[in-house]
Amino acid sequence: MRFSYYISIVVAFSVLLVSCKREERGFRVQPPAARAANSQTLTDLQPGASTSPAGIRNDFEENAYALSEGKRLYSAYNCNGCHAQGGGGMGPPLMDERWIYGGKPEQVYSTIVEGRPNGMPSFRQKVPEFQVWQLAAYVRSMSGQSPKDAAPSRDDHLQGKQPESQTKPLPVKESKQ
Amino acid sequence: MFTDSWNLMNTSLKKSQWTTAHGRLPSAFRLLPSALCLVPSAFRLLPSAFCLLLSGCAGVQSSLDPAGPQADHIARIWWLMLFILSAIFVIVMALLALATWRRRASADNETELILKPEAGGESRMSTLVTTGVVITVFVLFILLISSFLTGRSLHSLAASNPQPLTIDITGQQWWWQVKYENDMPSQMVTTANEIHIPVGRIVQFKLKSNDVIHSFWVPNLHGKTDLIPGHVAATWIRADRPGIYRGQCAEFCGHQHAHMAFTVVVETEEQFKHWYDAQLLAAAQPANTQLARGQQVFMTSTCIMCHRIQGTDAGGAVGPDLTHVASRLTIAAGTLANTRDNLANWILDSQAIKPGNRMPPNPLNTEDLSALLDYLQSLK
Repeated sequence: MRFSYYISIVVAFSVLLVSCKREERGFRVQPPAARAANSQTLTDLQPGASTSPAGIRNDFEENAYALSEGKRLYSAYNCNGCHAQGGGGMGPPLMDERWIYGGKPEQVYSTIVEGRPNGMPSFRQKVPEFQVWQLAAYVRSMSGQSPKDAAPSRDDHLQGKQPESQTKPLPVKESKQ
Repeated sequence: MFTDSWNLMNTSLKKSQWTTAHGRLPSAFRLLPSALCLVPSAFRLLPSAFCLLLSGCAGVQSSLDPAGPQADHIARIWWLMLFILSAIFVIVMALLALATWRRRASADNETELILKPEAGGESRMSTLVTTGVVITVFVLFILLISSFLTGRSLHSLAASNPQPLTIDITGQQWWWQVKYENDMPSQMVTTANEIHIPVGRIVQFKLKSNDVIHSFWVPNLHGKTDLIPGHVAATWIRADRPGIYRGQCAEFCGHQHAHMAFTVVVETEEQFKHWYDAQLLAAAQPANTQLARGQQVFMTSTCIMCHRIQGTDAGGAVGPDLTHVASRLTIAAGTLANTRDNLANWILDSQAIKPGNRMPPNPLNTEDLSALLDYLQSLK
């Protein structure tokens, strides 16, 4: 009886410790696997049955520091120049459920690194890999794909929409333009 | 000349740090045995010990070594307060010692310990209390009036010149953007972490912040002024003594707050004009293939995303302007002397030097790195 009581306390504390990862600040972090670039297809047309590559897990999506860095870089690298604060402008909106080139972490990664026709520049070699992953995590958090407790909860500027931490998760739908 | 003065600045900084942080205790201990053997000579040592303490006050970052009227006002009130408060401390301690000693003398007789009303004791007591209150209020008034006068004279510099040299300072995590205002946009100079001002001229600083609250502090020239996001604060200084002074962020602003420093170079009007005209120019075009390669490395890697080099495609406004980076005394906001080695280490892995700073590590190969360093060092 006593023993199980202690065990449950230890377990409760280790559960608390798990959440520390959310606040971990990595300054020289290893980004997720680099095979992302080749992992996505631009067309549904395939010989035989369609194959969908295994998804890549982006740990930054659960890390508050990485997400807020992504948010800072989003303005620093002028993403908001075309996509505004997620509502879109010259570029498509990022806060809705429509993803022209796919909404999985590795697909967002490739879109940033490779660029896309009709205006999206390629940031290959210009933005370090870990920062691309931070940006990809932030972009996905705009449509509520990140845990509520890790997503940024405030803005430094006026904004019409609710902060990322208050965004309801939207389904990721692929829609060709 | 610049490297010389940087070294000078560094050594005098080290010296002052040494005397304030580590030197005082050990040297006091070393003095102890001799002081015990020769008590009279210990008294002779007192003035020199006091001078030893004061030697920590001079230097490139000291409020007690004023180089302009503002810092002078502040230093005066500092000394005034030090002397008055020390005198009060000594007097109170002396009275306490006196009281202790007097009680002891008459404590032999047990009955004397019981308080009995003395004849005329009450009126004597109220005289003492009244005198004490009057003295306290008087001293507080001296301090109140002197701090009022100091505040007024600090402000008088602002009112005395309607058209000062105006410099915009923008605090960033963790560096300072410096922008010289001018009605003509072509005459504006943008630089970072180094402020040149002419001696004897009134300078207005307009202080802004891009992220969190910082505080602008050059102890030799003025007190602190906070930089608050969304608000423009202003402060005025005049430097009367040419030299190099160190400024420091004085409001905790995150990871690298301690490494958010800058240099103020006070020089003659001609030297300032010369420096300003050189800063107005666009960056020199690469003179040989090595420099051209360096420029290419800059333009094709991560550098271009954040830094600006006037006269090239690099127009980033996120990091410090590098148009004349080689002319500066320090890099990384006063953290490192501007040498080739430091620059190389900074570019390769700045996170080892200032963990958490906004510059990502740049794993360049040796040839690219050396070309890039050649190019950056050509940006005089």
